[in-house]
Amino acid sequence: MTTTIHFRFLLRRLSLRCKKHVAPSRNSHFTYVPESPPVPGETQRMNLFQSVTSALTNTLEADPTAMVFGEDVAFGGVFRCTVGLAARFGKERVFNTPLCEQGIIGFGIGAAVAGATAIAEIQFADYLYPGFDQIVNEASKYRYRSGSDFSSGGLTVRAAWGAVGHGALYHSQSPESFFAHVPGITTVIPRGPSQAKGLLLACIQSDDPCIFFEPKVLYRAAVEDVPIDSYTLPLGKAEVLIEGSDVTLVGWGTQIQVLREVCKLAEERLGANCELIDLRTVCPWDMNTIVESVTKTGRLLITHEAPLTGGFAAEIASTVQEHCFLNLEAPVARVCGWDTPFPHIHEPFYVPDKWRCLEAVRKLVNY
Amino acid sequence: MLSSRIARCFTSVHLRPSCRGIVTSATFDVTPFKLHKLDKGPPDTGIELTRDDALDFYRNMQRIRRLEGASSTLYKSKIIRGFCHLYSGQEACCVGIRAAMKEDDGIITAYRAHGWALMMGETPESVLSELTGKYSGCSQGKGGSMHMYAQNFYGGNGIVGAQTPLGAGVAFSYKYRQTDNVCFTLYGDGAANQGQLFEAFNMSSLWGLPVVFVCENNGYGMGTSADRAAANTNYYMRGDYIPGIWVDGMDVLAMREAARFATEWGGSGKGPLVIEAATYRYHGHSMSDPGSSYRSREEIQEVRETRDPITGLRKRLLESELATEAEIKAIDKEARREVDAAMELAKTAPEPPLTEAYTQIFWNTPEFRVRGCDPFTFGVSPTCN
Repeated sequence: MTTTIHFRFLLRRLSLRCKKHVAPSRNSHFTYVPESPPVPGETQRMNLFQSVTSALTNTLEADPTAMVFGEDVAFGGVFRCTVGLAARFGKERVFNTPLCEQGIIGFGIGAAVAGATAIAEIQFADYLYPGFDQIVNEASKYRYRSGSDFSSGGLTVRAAWGAVGHGALYHSQSPESFFAHVPGITTVIPRGPSQAKGLLLACIQSDDPCIFFEPKVLYRAAVEDVPIDSYTLPLGKAEVLIEGSDVTLVGWGTQIQVLREVCKLAEERLGANCELIDLRTVCPWDMNTIVESVTKTGRLLITHEAPLTGGFAAEIASTVQEHCFLNLEAPVARVCGWDTPFPHIHEPFYVPDKWRCLEAVRKLVNY
Repeated sequence: MLSSRIARCFTSVHLRPSCRGIVTSATFDVTPFKLHKLDKGPPDTGIELTRDDALDFYRNMQRIRRLEGASSTLYKSKIIRGFCHLYSGQEACCVGIRAAMKEDDGIITAYRAHGWALMMGETPESVLSELTGKYSGCSQGKGGSMHMYAQNFYGGNGIVGAQTPLGAGVAFSYKYRQTDNVCFTLYGDGAANQGQLFEAFNMSSLWGLPVVFVCENNGYGMGTSADRAAANTNYYMRGDYIPGIWVDGMDVLAMREAARFATEWGGSGKGPLVIEAATYRYHGHSMSDPGSSYRSREEIQEVRETRDPITGLRKRLLESELATEAEIKAIDKEARREVDAAMELAKTAPEPPLTEAYTQIFWNTPEFRVRGCDPFTFGVSPTCN
């Protein structure tokens, strides 16, 4: 078996690794671009974990049935999202659970069904799977199977999500596509603090069970001015961040920050004017905004950290080719994680970085 | 959290002096075992410890302590990254159990596994190289801290509690093949509340599997103390219908005796057993956790001063004249030298080739073009046959 290498593609990355004492590259593959507040009102400088705390605080203040629970949340949580909440709102409302994800989610569903606003924290999205049955078979189907006698809409599951630079197999996963396959569950992923607060509050107040993935690499890295009062952002609605005419770029979470750079690079190096869309709610997703954009541009790149096969980009691509077939100038491109477990030392090669995305844009434009 | 100070006691020694004036074996007492659904447990008095074994235990515990210290240093210099869970303080558990294991007994544990990797045949170099993500690491740099394996050592598992039904499965294979082996299946006090552990208890009791469930109770599941996570903190009783033994996990001799009892129990077809090892970890849950926001520094200090497994064994060796101060110092020095040398190798060894990113997914991955990779790239892993 011979090995052929796409030189231009890999050599650039290999040259970054030529140092002798190589620690894995500590340069993250993106830079966070702060945004202005999405709604008016008094703001405070917050990073992502603080914006989550703010949303939870607003909720616990306004909703007496609200409770926040999960592993280690009482002392503030491993990512500091729940700092001060137990002291302020009491141990009956902000409390630790034992280490039992299936139990945590099942318990949360029960509390929600009985009328509470149950906000369950799962320490890492990689650990959601013991609770997968509860989400798929209980939470998502409660309304449907009871003819709306009951619903688990009061449940919101929060989990730390995505690549963090050194998380390896079990601290980096992006499992959104597993949940996209379950009708009845709303899956949301914010790109930054002010989006996170508004979307989390929307999830909490939603009448449907929601899973809210928080990009863990942005917990400290993303800082901007966030409104201190309660506000919501619409679920099921994508947002066009940059308008363009040549190529539509779709992503969510941390990947939006990568795509911002891709937009710039594409303009500089390829003369391509890109339209950047943050999907925000992965499922149920805003088909209209994407279809409208691709009808205009004729070219689509979807990118996510999760592996390619069965990733949510496949669903978007399939729908777009159905609705925009005659408008497409090139096949829909997907730049995703490889079909491997999230690697340990090879993370920089796994993540869909800006170079891989730019390469895909080049192919789209030159098709 | 452990509330009582566990006094370690030993009686005056049985001297069998060698011609050099150092004894070749001594006997000791250990803190009495607590038993659940057992009429008779391991002996807690008159336990014989030979000089060779004693030095071996000491050497291995010291190597593990040094290894974890090196991991901590490398982590703080950001040469090791990611998630790294250190075993310092718990050395007596793995050294004691290993001493009682028969040649083909199996062991599976969670992610606090560096000590086990060393005891099951890896070297400080292969462990540290795995942590630094080098090709010479025991999993070729692909697993990292939580995924180290060796002959009869099934890892190295990241998901809490998930390893317990696996241990039952391994034990099933021993029973199926009619060997007298047992599978030591380790988990922590946090995992003791996971549902799948109870599924594993039920299956192994129903089918009489030779599993030795070992709960390494270090008092904390990440940042939650045991008594705030468990309705019943008597973990050796949590197997309910499965007999259980509580043992002082800071005493390597007590651990060996409990493990010996367990290998005989399981090996003679009596089915599963639960052992609770009362132990303690000095570091935080992982290197990302300072370990001081949910417990006091005084508590950590107290354990170090009064219950440290290495200090405890050293005291026994000296007081019973199983070894001299000079010999012990030499072992300390050698352990430091060995681990320091390994540290240097782990820093400078080469990383795994890029092809390793997309091989060993399926059994025949080199033949199989991994979807998603650049269409011009597919490779052959040099280690795959």
